[in-house]
Amino acid sequence: MKRSNSVGRSAFRLFIYAFCVFLAMMSLFPFVVMFVNATRSTFEIQQSGVSLIPSRFLASNYAILTGKTFDPFVGFYNSVIISTGATALAIYFSTLTAYALVAYSWKMRQAFFTVILAVMMIPAQVTSIGFYQFMYRIGMTNNLLALILPAIASPATVFFMRQYMLGSLHLELVDSARIDGSGEFSTFNRIILPIMKPAMATQAIFIFVGSWNNLFLPMILLTNKDKYTLPIMVSLLRGDIYRTEYGAVYLGLVLTVLPLFVIYFLLSKYIIAGVALGAVKG
Amino acid sequence: MKRRRRISYAKYGYIFSIPFVLTFLIFSLYPTLYTAFIGFTDLKGLLKTSFSVLEDPFQNFRLILNNASFKLSLANTLKIWVMNFIPQILLALLLTAWFTSNHNKIKGQGLFKVVFYLPNIITAATIAILFNVLFGYPMGPINDILVKIGALSQPYYFLTDKTASQVIVAFIQFWMWYGYTMIILISGVLGINPEIFEAADIDGANDVQTFFLITLPNLRTILLFVLITSMIGGLNMFDIPRLFNLGQPGNATLTTSLFIYNQAFSGSYLYNRAAAASMIVFAIIAVFSLLIFLLMRDKNLAREKKEARQLARQLKQGNFLKKGGGQ
Repeated sequence: MKRSNSVGRSAFRLFIYAFCVFLAMMSLFPFVVMFVNATRSTFEIQQSGVSLIPSRFLASNYAILTGKTFDPFVGFYNSVIISTGATALAIYFSTLTAYALVAYSWKMRQAFFTVILAVMMIPAQVTSIGFYQFMYRIGMTNNLLALILPAIASPATVFFMRQYMLGSLHLELVDSARIDGSGEFSTFNRIILPIMKPAMATQAIFIFVGSWNNLFLPMILLTNKDKYTLPIMVSLLRGDIYRTEYGAVYLGLVLTVLPLFVIYFLLSKYIIAGVALGAVKG
Repeated sequence: MKRRRRISYAKYGYIFSIPFVLTFLIFSLYPTLYTAFIGFTDLKGLLKTSFSVLEDPFQNFRLILNNASFKLSLANTLKIWVMNFIPQILLALLLTAWFTSNHNKIKGQGLFKVVFYLPNIITAATIAILFNVLFGYPMGPINDILVKIGALSQPYYFLTDKTASQVIVAFIQFWMWYGYTMIILISGVLGINPEIFEAADIDGANDVQTFFLITLPNLRTILLFVLITSMIGGLNMFDIPRLFNLGQPGNATLTTSLFIYNQAFSGSYLYNRAAAASMIVFAIIAVFSLLIFLLMRDKNLAREKKEARQLARQLKQGNFLKKGGGQ
């Protein structure tokens, strides 16, 4: 009785593993095809769409890709500027705002936090028409700052930082800094920021990736080719000029996500932990 | 002394909030109000800067609400969201049950999580175009495989099939998000008091009983959170339907976001109509956001209540199981 039960249990476990391996293959398959086909010629791809063996047309695909409108360096440069700038601003000012909410008792504190909670979920997309018109009027379309500066007010990041700070910041530390004659702003920069490092690192990854992947706002604001971000470059691959150049299209897709793959495989442990943490905190 | 100190420090609370508040007012609140205002005006056409409120201020809203494409886009968005969310939540729950069961002891969970979550972090625009070429006709990789294994006798033109396009868009969303949902749910389960599980184990509850009677009820708040955030995300779905098939064929993958974009930025420059449509979607999202807001505000309260309720149920359940075991 017991034995057949354990055999059943083993068979069930085997089934779970098989199912998970199937799901893993489902997750990876499109990317494998993307990477391999980036090295194959359009002719090879048209002969058979799937192959696990890389070919030798990487260079010629690159020549075709960059010979048209796709400029990976411009896209990469703009994407890095926007993502880095937005991440730095969001992290620093969200921590500062969270500090204002945690370390000081002021009259509007609760009301302010309530507002942050209320606007946390409102996506930028539904206000994009007003945002675009506003930026157009003040001449900030085609200006990367229009996509960087708004990051100073990141309600969700403030919320996360506040939750983390409540659990890890002891106000005695702030008091003893005061006794030592440290100014409030300098206390924040010298003592609070280092304590917040783990939370800042986690949030930085998600803000960076989110900004890197953003398509909607950059697409409506940046119409000048020199200002295109990588996702806008990618959207060009959808156009007619690349219609029959499959090898080049696959390579273009690879180039836009290569940095993400590198980040993910270096930091996946922290990213997964960060997602889980978001659930507990959020 | 102490009193004076507290009073003098309070001002830093205001000072340190200034950058956030100013940025929020300029880049969030003002654009939101401006969008609402544009909805009542005659602002259309490229490079136009002068506009005025319409004689009939609600004209744009009426036109949008009666617009067949807008209604279709709402229906499509809902349809695609449901087709993505139901399999997503079911699969995430199933994996959560398997991964957190004490009896299965599944190894390599860390690796599975990393791989399942991978699509979520990759640029949606890239994924949309990748799926577009994967489903290419006549010789895209998917057609190639399906013909080779004999599932199709000849290549099928998926991109011209309305249902197929909707299903593929829903599948992409599902594929990108089930790993995320699973990680959230697993961390939710790990947050449940382990004593409850131990008690159930002692009482002889099997995996299925434990999952339905203990895990699921305890995950209710998190499930609601996942549901509402997914709905808001679904209403904003843009990159995938836009770049996978440009909302085609026959507007089958036209979502609300794509509708708004098309009104304003792809040739017609109907900013006022787009703004009115935005505000309608905004109102829908605001309702969902309000739910999340109430949920999170009351989370601690709800959790305490739930724990008390759970304990009561737990006691009852324990007795029941013991009785069942005894017979």
